[in-house]
Amino acid sequence: MSYAAGVDVGSTQTKAIIVDEDGAIVGRSLLPTGANVVAAAEHAFATALADRGLSEDEVGFVIGTGYGRYRVEFGDTQITEIVCHARGAAAMFPDTETVLDMGGQDTKAIRIKKGGDVLDFCMNDKCAAGTGRFLQSAAAALEMELADLGPTALKGQRPVKISTTCTVFAESEVLSWLARGKRIEDILLGVHESIASRSFALLRRVGIQGEITFTGGVTRNEAMVAVMNQILEAEMNVSEESHYMGALGAALFALERIHKGREPLRPREEVSA
Amino acid sequence: MTPTVTDQELMGRGTRDGARLFREWFARLSTSAERGDPAAYVFVMGSLAEVLRSFDLRIVFPEINSLQTAVRKVSDEYLSLAEDHGFSPDVCGYVKADYALQIRRGQHPMGRIPPPSVAVLTNACNTYLKWAEIWERMYDVPIVTVDVPGTRGPGAAGVASAQDFERDRKYVEHQIRELIAVLEDVTGTPFDIDRCREVLRHTNEMGRSWRRVLELNRGTPAVFDSMLEGTIYLGVANALRGTPEGARYFEDLVEEMEAKRLAGVSPLIDHSEEHRLIFVGVPCYPIFRRFYQLFSEWGGVFVGSTYLWFASGGLNIDFEYDLSRPIESLAEGVVLGVRKAVDSMLFQDDAIIEAIDSFDADGVVYHPVKSCRTVSTGLADSRRVVLENRDVLCLYIESDMMDKRVVSEAQLKNRIDAFFEGLQSRKLRLSGAKPAKAATSGAASGPPSGATKRGGG
Repeated sequence: MSYAAGVDVGSTQTKAIIVDEDGAIVGRSLLPTGANVVAAAEHAFATALADRGLSEDEVGFVIGTGYGRYRVEFGDTQITEIVCHARGAAAMFPDTETVLDMGGQDTKAIRIKKGGDVLDFCMNDKCAAGTGRFLQSAAAALEMELADLGPTALKGQRPVKISTTCTVFAESEVLSWLARGKRIEDILLGVHESIASRSFALLRRVGIQGEITFTGGVTRNEAMVAVMNQILEAEMNVSEESHYMGALGAALFALERIHKGREPLRPREEVSA
Repeated sequence: MTPTVTDQELMGRGTRDGARLFREWFARLSTSAERGDPAAYVFVMGSLAEVLRSFDLRIVFPEINSLQTAVRKVSDEYLSLAEDHGFSPDVCGYVKADYALQIRRGQHPMGRIPPPSVAVLTNACNTYLKWAEIWERMYDVPIVTVDVPGTRGPGAAGVASAQDFERDRKYVEHQIRELIAVLEDVTGTPFDIDRCREVLRHTNEMGRSWRRVLELNRGTPAVFDSMLEGTIYLGVANALRGTPEGARYFEDLVEEMEAKRLAGVSPLIDHSEEHRLIFVGVPCYPIFRRFYQLFSEWGGVFVGSTYLWFASGGLNIDFEYDLSRPIESLAEGVVLGVRKAVDSMLFQDDAIIEAIDSFDADGVVYHPVKSCRTVSTGLADSRRVVLENRDVLCLYIESDMMDKRVVSEAQLKNRIDAFFEGLQSRKLRLSGAKPAKAATSGAASGPPSGATKRGGG
C-alpha cells in the first residue's frame, strides 16, 4: 500500500496528515512552527509517520502547503493552502461551496465548486485584525490561556464594541474596557464578534453560497463558531479535523498524483530576498 | 514558422529602442536643466503636450520621473525625504517623489530634471490640482488648469448630445487659447499654428500605430505583455508624443508586432502561453520585474491592460485630430481623451468585459494601489460585476506603485499562486480531465474520520 502525505506549514502551527489509498486519514501531527521552518516540517512529517508506525519509504508523494510550503524540502511539490483548504473541505463535506479558513495570521474566504475547484477567494490584507492573532493579543492582555477564551466568551451577555482595527492596539483596547469595569466575558464576546464581522465581510466579497465549511486553527474555538453561525444565520460545517484541513487537502492532492500519475504542478521558487 | 534572421533582429526592437529613446530623453532633460532652458510640466492624462511642443518647450512628465525612481529602486529615498518634510504616508507616492526631486534640485537616477517654467494640467485626476500648487509655491510659475467637463456616467464620452458636447468642446477650446497666450508670455514666442499642425499630425500617426499594436495582442499567442513591454511602449507614447521620433518608433513597433504575429512568437521566453490575462490598475513598480515574473512563470500573459488605456493620453481611442482646424480639434481630443481616461478608471466594467471577450482572456487581475485611490476605488465592485457576467477567474491583490513598505511579496505570491492553481484546475476540468478518484474518495466512500456537523455554542 502506498500512502500520501500533506504538510501544512502555517505561521503558527505545522500540521501533517497521512492518508491511505482510500483517502482515509491514518496519521497526523500538530506542532508549533517556531523559527526553524524546515525542522518543523520534518518533525511534523516524522511524527505523523510515527502515529501510524509508517516509514518514509511507504509514502509515495508529499505535498507542502502553507506559508512555509517551500521549506518542505522533502516534498514532491507545493500547492497553496487556499486550494488545499478547498480540497480538504470538499472531501470532508462534499456539499461545501463556501469555505472560511481562519488561521494564525490569515483569514480566507473561498468560493468553490462542489468537488473543490476554487472559483474565487479573498484574504485579509496587511492586517491580522480578523484572524487568530487577534485572539492571541486578547489572551495576552487578559493573561488567559488561548483555550479558555472560547468557553469564557460564551458566558458573555452584553458584548462590548471593539472598535480598533489593529491587532497591536487590541491589547490596549481590551485593557481600557477592563478599566471601565466591563466583565471579561463581555469583552471577550466583543472580541469574537469583531473578528467574525471582518470574516463575514470577506465572505460577502466572494459571495456566500451552499454549505459553508469552517477550517483552520480557530475552528477549535467554540465561541467563534457560535458567533459566526449567528452572523451567517446558518450552521457552518465544523469537524474535529477542521484544523488539519489544509494538510488533508494537500494529502488528497498527493494521492491524486499517485493514482493518476498526473504531472505535478510546477514547483515554484521561494520569494526573492 | 521559424523566424528568419531578419525577424530575429526585429524581435525585441521595440523594447531596445524604447529604452534607448528614454535614456536620450532623460539626457536632453539633463542638458536643459544644466542650461536653464524653459521646461513645461504636464501630466499623462489629458496631456496637452502638443501645444507645449508647438513652442518647442522641453516637456517634463512628473509621473514618469516618479515611477522611474521606483523602477530604479530608489523611491524610498524620495518618499522618506518628503515625509520628513511633513507629507503623510497616505499622500500619492508620485507627488511625494516629485516633491523630493524638487528639493534635491532635480537630481534623479536617470539624470537631472529641470524645474518648471510653466505647468499645465487638467482635472482628469484630482491630485493634479494640489500637486501643481506645490510648484506654484516653490517656483512662482504660471499654472494653467484646463477644466474638462465630466459626464459622470459610464461610457458617456460619446453619448452626450451633440449640442452638449459642442458646448463642452468650445469651453475647452477657449481654455486652450488662454493657455496659448500664457505660453507666448512664458517663451516670448508667438504661437505657430503650422508647427502645431505638424505636431498633431505626428500624434495622429502615433495613435494609429498604438491602436494597431493593442489590437494585435488579440491573437494567440499574444505578441507582447501589456504590463512588461506595454509599460515601455506607454512611456514612449507619452514622452515622445507629437514627435517624428515617436511616430517612427510606433511605425517600427507595428512592423515588429506584425512580424511576431505572423511567426507566432510569444513574449514569454521560458514558458508557453498558458493563461491570457487582463490587468486592471497600475503596475507594482518597486518590484516591477519580479511582479511580472510572478505571473509569467506560470505562463500568464497580460494581453490587455487598463493602464494602456487611461495613461496613454487618449491615444487608445479611435480619434484623429482634424488638421484643418487644429485648436478646435485639439479641444475635442482633450475632452474625449479625458473622459475616456476617467471611464477607464471609474466606469471600466463594460470595457473589461469587452476585453475579456475580444482578447479571449481567462482571467482578470485587479491591482489596487495604496498610493492612488483614483485608480483603485471601485475595483472590488468591478470584480464582482465581471464575475457575475463572465466565466473567468479574478484575482484581487493590493500593493503600491511607489512605496516598497506596503509591498509584501510573500503575500502577493501566495495569492498569485492560488490564482494560477485555480486557472490550471479549471483548464483541466474544461478539457474533460476528471479529478482522481482518490481526490473525492472521502466523499465517495464516506468522509475521512472525524467529520461531524455541529452547531455553535
